[in-house]
Amino acid sequence: YDRLLRIRALRWEYGSVLPNTIQFHMSAEEVEWFSRYKKSLATYMRSVGGEEGLDLTQDIKPPKSLYIEVRCLRDYGEFEIDDGTTVLLKKNSQHFLPRWKCEQLIRQGVLEHIL
Amino acid sequence: GGDSDGGSEELVLTPAQLIRSLEQAWLNEKFAPELLESKPEIIECVVEQLDHMEANLKRAKRGDLKVSIHRMEIERIRYVLSSYLRCRLVKIEKFFPHVLEKEKSRAEGEPSILSPEEFAFAKEYMANTEIYLKNVALKHMPPNLQKVALLKSVPRPNLDSFVFLRVLERQENILVEPETDEQREYAIDLEEGSQHLIRYKTVAPLVASGAVQLI
Repeated sequence: YDRLLRIRALRWEYGSVLPNTIQFHMSAEEVEWFSRYKKSLATYMRSVGGEEGLDLTQDIKPPKSLYIEVRCLRDYGEFEIDDGTTVLLKKNSQHFLPRWKCEQLIRQGVLEHIL
Repeated sequence: GGDSDGGSEELVLTPAQLIRSLEQAWLNEKFAPELLESKPEIIECVVEQLDHMEANLKRAKRGDLKVSIHRMEIERIRYVLSSYLRCRLVKIEKFFPHVLEKEKSRAEGEPSILSPEEFAFAKEYMANTEIYLKNVALKHMPPNLQKVALLKSVPRPNLDSFVFLRVLERQENILVEPETDEQREYAIDLEEGSQHLIRYKTVAPLVASGAVQLI
């Protein structure tokens, strides 16, 4: 049961696709539980926020500023921000980007928030 | 925007009042040990409000200073809403058999602690976890032990935990249970604006009615 709780935490930490290294350590039943859990969570989130739903795994911390300084930890490619411009995320490049666009990428380890 | 359109609600709240209601619900949910009543009217109105603000932003001139401020406001409100819903999900998952039991045995006319979507989520969570436990452990045990008494093994919320609160509406003669066997129960008055540290169980109905605010 304790492992289950940690697996549940993974969905909130890493997003809906688990890195292979983690999946390797999970039993078949745990993978199945995770798959059902994330489906159930997705259904719930979709039902909440109007048309698109509300992604509850975003906005984990209260917003302190609109834009944040980030450094790119690995090559990601092009990234579109709200006003239509695209940014090329190459390893070690630094950018000043809207906070709300970056949150997911920061948690995936693509971007690093420079404080 | 800001009109309450939840169907059963006849109140019309200003956006400021709506956000304050959301914040109150959020704080109460954060500090209460058990899952509180669901507030579908507030959620629906806040989502509407957010959509309205986003639409306004799209129409606004680029570079207008107001855009930044409104964006910040949207982010702030979205954070509170997400935090509130997340907090509820955590409690639903933590206490799932008790939450489902309470909802199933609810009397007609008593307010719901789960929204329909939360109820579906809770049932799925329970089924999912039962399947897992069954496949992993229970099928290796003799058949008569297989029926997992989830209600017994998953801990209940601790209603005796202490909470901080601020009194919004004056209350008289609230009965407080004794700490030790030597004390007897006594009554206190709660003055408006005063703050207290008290056992959740004693004030649970006051939290539900909005007479006190958990802090």
